Amino acid sequence: MLLPYLIVSHAVVAVLVPWLVRAIGARAFLVASLPLAASAVWALTQSSDLLAGNEVTASVAWIPALGITLDFRLDALALTMVLLVSGVGTVIFCYGAAYFPARERALGRLVASMAVFAGAMLGVVTTDNLFALYVFWELTSVSSFLLIAHNDRKEHARRSAIQALIVTAGFGLLMLIGFVLLGHIGGTYRISALLAAPPVDSPWLPVALVLVLAGAFAKSAQAPLHFWLPAAMVAPTPVSAYLHAAAMVKGGVYLVARLAPGFADVDPWRALVLTAGLATMVIGGWRALRQDDLKLLLAYGTVSQLGFLTLLAGTGTHVAALATEGVLLAHGLFKSTLFLVVGIIDHKAGTRSISGLSGLWRRTPVLALASLAAAASMAGLPPLLGFVAKEAALAAYLPGHLGSLPRSAATLVLIGVVVASILTFAYSARFLWGAFADKETVAERRFPAPSAAFLAAPVVLSAAGLLLGVLPFLVDPIAQRYADAYTGASYHLELWHGLTPALGVSTLIVAAGVVMFIQRDRVARAQKALPRWPEAEAVYNLAIHGIFTVGLRVTRRAQSGSLPVYLGIILATMLALPGVRLLMAIIGQEVDYPQPSEGLRLWDNPLELVVALILIVTAVATVREHRRFPALILISAMGFGIAGLFVLHGAPDLALTVVLVETLATIILVFVLRRLPAVFPTRPDGWGKRLTALLCAAAGTFVAVSLWLMTHARTDAPVSRGFAERAEEAGGQNLVNMILADFRALDTFGEIVVLVTAAIAVASLVLLNRRDRVVEAPDADLDTTEEEAAPPGAPAAGAATASSTTQEASAAGSGSADTAPPDQESR
Amino acid sequence: MSAVLGKPVDPGSPRSEDTAGPPEGWEAPREQWLSTAARPAFGPRSVLLEVVVRLLVPAILLLSIFMLVAGHDRPGGGFAGGLVASMAYVLRYVAGGRRELAAGIPMPPNALLALGLLVACCTAGLPLVFDHPILDTTKVTLTLPLFGEVKILSALAFEAGVYLIVVGLVLSVVAALGARMEAEEEEARAERRRRERRRRRNTGGQL
Repeated sequence: MLLPYLIVSHAVVAVLVPWLVRAIGARAFLVASLPLAASAVWALTQSSDLLAGNEVTASVAWIPALGITLDFRLDALALTMVLLVSGVGTVIFCYGAAYFPARERALGRLVASMAVFAGAMLGVVTTDNLFALYVFWELTSVSSFLLIAHNDRKEHARRSAIQALIVTAGFGLLMLIGFVLLGHIGGTYRISALLAAPPVDSPWLPVALVLVLAGAFAKSAQAPLHFWLPAAMVAPTPVSAYLHAAAMVKGGVYLVARLAPGFADVDPWRALVLTAGLATMVIGGWRALRQDDLKLLLAYGTVSQLGFLTLLAGTGTHVAALATEGVLLAHGLFKSTLFLVVGIIDHKAGTRSISGLSGLWRRTPVLALASLAAAASMAGLPPLLGFVAKEAALAAYLPGHLGSLPRSAATLVLIGVVVASILTFAYSARFLWGAFADKETVAERRFPAPSAAFLAAPVVLSAAGLLLGVLPFLVDPIAQRYADAYTGASYHLELWHGLTPALGVSTLIVAAGVVMFIQRDRVARAQKALPRWPEAEAVYNLAIHGIFTVGLRVTRRAQSGSLPVYLGIILATMLALPGVRLLMAIIGQEVDYPQPSEGLRLWDNPLELVVALILIVTAVATVREHRRFPALILISAMGFGIAGLFVLHGAPDLALTVVLVETLATIILVFVLRRLPAVFPTRPDGWGKRLTALLCAAAGTFVAVSLWLMTHARTDAPVSRGFAERAEEAGGQNLVNMILADFRALDTFGEIVVLVTAAIAVASLVLLNRRDRVVEAPDADLDTTEEEAAPPGAPAAGAATASSTTQEASAAGSGSADTAPPDQESR
Repeated sequence: MSAVLGKPVDPGSPRSEDTAGPPEGWEAPREQWLSTAARPAFGPRSVLLEVVVRLLVPAILLLSIFMLVAGHDRPGGGFAGGLVASMAYVLRYVAGGRRELAAGIPMPPNALLALGLLVACCTAGLPLVFDHPILDTTKVTLTLPLFGEVKILSALAFEAGVYLIVVGLVLSVVAALGARMEAEEEEARAERRRRERRRRRNTGGQL
């Protein structure tokens, strides 16, 4: 199957396209759209096979040890989603080529992120493995973050991007826990296998489902997590149209629709899905009516429609499944059309505010017509796809098609859907009126005619909605295949079902919507009069603020900045945990003491005694020394003494390393010492001093005693047995080196990563300091010129800011003076 | 390596072409042994130290390479070799200050770190391509014209990565701890001078 290659081709394009952007500007979008177009065409060619009942599958082993394979499966639901992701995506990419100016900043990153997103989304909707789904899912979150923050010089954009990332990825983590639970109790991570045999007996299943739904709701902007979606509208319009209308936000809906056939009857599922969906529908519709910015109006409309979709997808009945497919397609088509229309208006008129636009329908009749068809589809008017889908949705909650849905719940949902649909009609009308109608109080703006290429995308998408509405039998077979998962009365997606109750309800909705639109001034007044309900975003801000505050407090408590205190804490921990255990073992007489007969001896070589004496003398002298510099020299002398011990024991490699490290550490400490007073501060005699002495003595004793006992406590044969022969075999005679570079190379690898991390930490301190200086930069420049204008008698070395080698740049500011040389002793 | 210290003196000027004598300044050395622009990190300049460092640095670097290569059979290896090499640069810094250090190092410390990690990663991952376990080592024995039989372990490349990382780390620390303080001292000096000049200018205006 071609699918894995198609997904990879997105990634390849994403890597190559930044260079292309440099060469041909925004037209690189056309090249980037190729993999999308290929995917859409491929999916269409598979559709006949699919309708015949054969599912297209592919499998690539990824982490065989964990049972993670990249399984791909194309079924009816996946096909619909692929058409949305890749088909609508292709059109939006082409639109992007006309939308962005050639000199747009960071255009390469934008195109690459969009291509990555398209590939990841394709993966989300076609993978059959929970882990792979999660990985693709988070990839879409990350690329969405990059795309929202496209205009990264605006603080608002950065904040919105972070907010979207925290909400979607944070709840995505909950979803991952849910996936692990689900896979664990189900015994498989294959989605199709899980759905075929759902582990309904497990008491953990409800927990898993709640966690999974939390992730899906966050992704699909369900109330009360909907706030990130309107904020994400700072992204460029093609991004909004693609991610936040057609593709990404459908991810959550897709997951709900994917899992519903197996889990819709498990207990908290319906309650959660129906409540969240209804609340989101009504809140979104209500708030859309209040917006003046056309894009925000559409954003809240999207929130409302996503609620509708979640509701339908999670209901879990035959007709609701049919309606889900219909609304998925219809919404993808009309909402992206409307976003693209807003993009054109914004581009050409310079505003997208309702109170600043007037009489546009005369300037661009084509655009107005395309918008009319799309908005009518959104409002649910015949003969558009939106109407067909909405009829099915209404029928799903009317008696006769309820399936396993309880009667009372269905009635409640129906009322909610009707209310939300009336709101939808009203804001659709408001959109058309706001964007195109003549308004007496608003002056007409200049509106240069958009080029044909620019207009083509919304017209194509809008026409597709009309076409599928007139010819619903193109959609119906696919929807039927998805709905086959449920038993239920036969129902088809059609324009005309006869005089059904659903048609009556539709008429009612339209009538009420028209009234609401005509009375829009009164509605607006009523909205203003109502008390504003608390914003969900405030809770988010409060949570973030709380995390920062707690973090700050903990840091302030834990990081006193005093090295003696840090050392004291470390030593006290060592004494409190292993130290107390050792003491208890000694008291309880569980310890074997090494005996002279078992190899305990004072020395192998009398020279050791000399070295030990030197060590003891230097140690005592160090403690008694009051001046810093001599103390440092004494400490290094002790280090060299230890190196001497290594030499005596026949370990030249260790001795060499110790000598080198001691030398370097001494030199670097000398640099630091220049800044410190010459003598240590004298501490008053008292409990503090006594406690320090006690702590240090106890720590030293513990280390000595435990080392002495540990050498005797061996229970297994040493690992190193046979290393010597293997070293010979590997080709080296230096055993230490062979251990480091070959036998235990992975350890060494970890250690060098630690070294690099330490170096980066040092470098970050350098940067930290330099950022302070950048603020003063103009001042510094002034000083330089003054310096140069000064009489030549001034010493040349004073021109601190004049030249700028890299070394100087990093030397210009760096870590604070108390930065200890990191990790000198890690080996 | 040692030619980078300061700018070489212009050996002659084209003006002297028509005269019969040797070009002007012919007796000037091509290289500077003492860098007049450099200023030691701490304290007054020491000619002895500068010259000795000049002589020693190439030898120390060579020793470090030897330790790296000989590590499989003798004491040494990437870690020790890297420490020795960084010692050479620290010496250079102590003798000539941060400008001297900047002139002496082949690339910035961050680049050294990145290169080292890259080399180590590639060596670690390369066996995977040939279906061997990660970090697997192979031995190649060559017969070179001058050296006779030479044994090369693939672990040597890994050790070279360690070597580069150690040098990069020490240089970062030196840049952070030593050079920064030096820069701050220079700034303080400049500030003092500026204040002095301003004072002089002000009093001059009053007079």
